[in-house]
Amino acid sequence: MAKTARRSRQLMAVAGAAAVLLAACSSSSKSSSSAAGSSAAAGGSSGNCSATIGFFGALTGDNAALGINEQDGIKLAIDQFQKANAACKVSLTPYDSAGDPAQAPALAQKAATDKSVIAIIGPAFSGESKVADPIFESATLPNVTVSATNPSLGKNGWKYWHRAVGTDNSQGPAAAQYIETFAKKAAVLDDGSEYGKGIADIVRSTFKTDAKVTVTDSESVDPKATDFSSTVNNIKANAPDAVFFGGYYQAGGILAKQLADAGIKATFVGPDGVEDPGFIKAAGAAAEGAILLAPGTPADKIPADFATAYKTLNGQDPGLYSVEAYDAANAVLSGIKAGNVTRDAMETFLGTVDYKGLSVEVKFVSGTNELAGAVTIWASTVTGGKIVSKQPLTITG
Amino acid sequence: MHFSNLIHQFWSLSFDGLNVGAIYALIALGYTLVYGVLRLINFAHSEVFMVGTFGALFATQWMGIPPAALPHRGLAIVVILVGAGLVAMVFSGATALVLERVAYRPLRRRGASRLAALISAIGASLFLQELFAKWRGRNPERFPRIMKKEHLATVLKADIRSDKVIIIVTAVVMMIALDRFVNLTRLGRGIRAVAQDPETAALMGVNIDRVITTTFLVGGLMAGVAGVLYMLYAETTVYNVGFLPGIKAFTAAVLGGIGNLRGALLGGLLLGVIENYGGAVFGAQWKDVTAFVVLVVVLMFRPNGLLGERLGRARV
Repeated sequence: MAKTARRSRQLMAVAGAAAVLLAACSSSSKSSSSAAGSSAAAGGSSGNCSATIGFFGALTGDNAALGINEQDGIKLAIDQFQKANAACKVSLTPYDSAGDPAQAPALAQKAATDKSVIAIIGPAFSGESKVADPIFESATLPNVTVSATNPSLGKNGWKYWHRAVGTDNSQGPAAAQYIETFAKKAAVLDDGSEYGKGIADIVRSTFKTDAKVTVTDSESVDPKATDFSSTVNNIKANAPDAVFFGGYYQAGGILAKQLADAGIKATFVGPDGVEDPGFIKAAGAAAEGAILLAPGTPADKIPADFATAYKTLNGQDPGLYSVEAYDAANAVLSGIKAGNVTRDAMETFLGTVDYKGLSVEVKFVSGTNELAGAVTIWASTVTGGKIVSKQPLTITG
Repeated sequence: MHFSNLIHQFWSLSFDGLNVGAIYALIALGYTLVYGVLRLINFAHSEVFMVGTFGALFATQWMGIPPAALPHRGLAIVVILVGAGLVAMVFSGATALVLERVAYRPLRRRGASRLAALISAIGASLFLQELFAKWRGRNPERFPRIMKKEHLATVLKADIRSDKVIIIVTAVVMMIALDRFVNLTRLGRGIRAVAQDPETAALMGVNIDRVITTTFLVGGLMAGVAGVLYMLYAETTVYNVGFLPGIKAFTAAVLGGIGNLRGALLGGLLLGVIENYGGAVFGAQWKDVTAFVVLVVVLMFRPNGLLGERLGRARV
């Protein structure tokens, strides 16, 4: 009995492997089995334009708001696309990583084996990108991230990876130079994540080369902790003018609150990971006056008609990276409309795409797959419990 | 390494460490009590604490205090804190009782091994976490600021803050009360008797089931107090909030000598202070490393913890 069970399992494994192999073969030839299936659903329109897009990022967990912003932007793009092209059936499959690099590999594998998914928007964060992207790469699954800003991601030679956002190589120096305009001493903290430590290190090295600001305290905190008292004590003793935190909004908010509670008057400065109303929710009154920087459109600069349509569909206001995700999704959708409904066809399409969106011009540098166009970094501040955009920054040097 | 940090901010770091350590110590009591009586590590105790933090949150909601409310003053603070504390204690105490009934008692009745109870504990822990994740969602919830976190005095360069004073004092008072309860009351004598020798205790007419129920209940009530104090300080909770404090409290219990009430207090306070020193000297990322290195070193020289397993030992 046990033996037969084992044998049948082995058989199943062999059959499964064969199926994967077959699917892999057929997807490399132009007409894959899944594409053939969905062309029937499209009902004989001019060319095949039905496909599934995946979104990969945090939809739950401490920093879910950033992922939800993106997913809702993609939803709006697909909704509008469907209204304009009723013959095409495009659906969205969410892959909720909770922003956790430990959960990302299994989830990426799930996306990779679902052959109906021809492109991924995401992964949203840098840490999960580092582990998920190699899997997409071997599955030849094109992916476009609109918020994973760690520069080292672009140095892996990944062919199917694309970045429709500026990197921390522009965001980090912009933050450092902004701090240099008002501070003499600064503390630079991070959450130890791929993204957080990455951008904090860039800020540290910019301070070092510019030699205008002294770094008084430099450490990584545990983003899951809720007590930062040793860090707060160190910062208090050195009385810096600014505290930069490389990380995400939940830990940033609690940190900002504990700094303010200890009577520290330093200006809190955070990168795009902190720019979310969740930061204000976590920090309370301590959020007032904080400076937030991001290479994406601040919520109050989002075009009004986009914001209205977004809210009607999703029931909440757009946030950071909603517009960028919408743009990236539209770029992918324009490829689907042109009949690129296999992974390889989509990849070829993304190699030459030039789609002018509301915020970004989706066009990639051939070879590196980084965003081709110029990057604007916006500085915002928290006033009256709201994130208010201040000015676009120019980076010098 | 920044030893100057430690020297310059020694008292400030100590005070902040005591604040967190007091919360660890209160949770540690639950581990230590149950271990003392049943020789069982109740790994679901971190979830008893988690339920307590939610109890405190619900209490403020029932009192109609929105998360963004302004801090209260005077008597209102006392009323809200005591109210939230009582609700948290009811929530945590009830959770501990149900856990004992559902996850441990059936196993004990059938004479299952301690390993089975341990697995049952881990299962109950995951069940409670996921239950709250499904019910409340996976996003952190905010607790209102009940009182202004006022700077009261500067003692030896340490900033003495009102909320931290409340936390430390409450925790120590609860500890003393519990210590008196176990040492002086009839029920307390039963707990000590069962801890010492369950069979003889049963022969002497001690109702073992009742003692065990009381032990879980008391541990749960203490976790409830820890829950409201934690909320007063951290002002946020989520379904897995218990994980880190739970591990730390368990460590504190072992450090002080598991099964020993005073050991839990000492271990908790010491752990809070040591990890703060470690954080200041080596950077915050080394906080936990310092705490666990100290634990290992202490166990090398005193395998039973600092004060030894005393709950079960006869009083001389």
